[in-house]
Amino acid sequence: MSGHVSSISLYLTIFFALMILTGVTVGAAFVDLTPFNFLVAMLIAGFKASLVVWYFMHVKWQSHMTKLTLATGLFFLVILLGMSLIDYVSKDFTGMPPVIQ
Amino acid sequence: MSNAAAQHADGAHAEHAHHPALQHHFDTMAQQKEAAVIGMWVFLLTEILFFGGLFVAYMIYRIWYFDAFAEASRSLSLFWGGLNTAVLIGSSLTMALAVRAAQTNKRTATVNWLILTMILGGVFLGVKVIEYADKFEHHHVPGPSFVWAAHEAPADGAAAAPEAAGEHRELSLSPAQLQNTTQIYFSLYFTMTGLHALHMIIGIGLMLVITWMAWKGKFDAEYYTPVEMSGLYWHFVDIVWIFLFPLLYLVERHH
Repeated sequence: MSGHVSSISLYLTIFFALMILTGVTVGAAFVDLTPFNFLVAMLIAGFKASLVVWYFMHVKWQSHMTKLTLATGLFFLVILLGMSLIDYVSKDFTGMPPVIQ
Repeated sequence: MSNAAAQHADGAHAEHAHHPALQHHFDTMAQQKEAAVIGMWVFLLTEILFFGGLFVAYMIYRIWYFDAFAEASRSLSLFWGGLNTAVLIGSSLTMALAVRAAQTNKRTATVNWLILTMILGGVFLGVKVIEYADKFEHHHVPGPSFVWAAHEAPADGAAAAPEAAGEHRELSLSPAQLQNTTQIYFSLYFTMTGLHALHMIIGIGLMLVITWMAWKGKFDAEYYTPVEMSGLYWHFVDIVWIFLFPLLYLVERHH
């Protein structure tokens, strides 16, 4: 047993994909996609992170137990971000944000 | 390593010669490795939620004071931010190749890739020092000496002209409000990039130890867990930056 050994060409492919996607996210920021600029930036970043997790961090070749562990963490991250922000996004009527002089 | 295993085998464990790195509370190397991988991921999950809290704070203030975030974000240098993103992605590649070299019993290659990864990490931190110095110079560090002058030249200097020509849409915040709300952006900027940089410094510290162990020949194709674990940590730090870059540098560049 020594774990899965990926080919160097796979690592290089992922590297170039990450570099190109970095260029794409910079380019997309200069295009007016209102109100979707933020969504596009986060989708690209999420895809880049997935590539790193799946290939560089070898999750693709790990056990179901490891994948489940990661999925659990992401589930709680979604709860942290989602449920916190629902409150703030939906409360225009409360006079938020605080007025800053 | 076969010769080390053979040395071990002539003692009490002659009937089942095992790898010297196998701890007595594990049955097999595969089981030991699986435990380490899951343990490392559980640690990384606490890290994800740690940075997650900062992302929540960032999102709330960004929603409240979007114009301030957009203005302040434009003052960051896309050149340095983009360069650092490339450097960090490159260091993830060299880290992956270091793990691969350890997996394939290449001791010298493992050491070399680890050293290159540390150098790239150092370059990232060096660029961060340049950026931080620039913030001090422009009074963009939150506190009593913070000054926000609307439409001032961004750090690159190049994109200043069209901004001054008034191509901006109307801002919802007065100059006095911008003075206060841009400070919130820079507080988050320094907290998030500062904690990220701290993680990188810890990562480089880990790698110094791992490189020394690799140089001493502690790893082989059967046992390279410490290399892989520090790799997981380093890639995680890379992922945090993959999100920080668009969140801090690219809030609204199209106006």
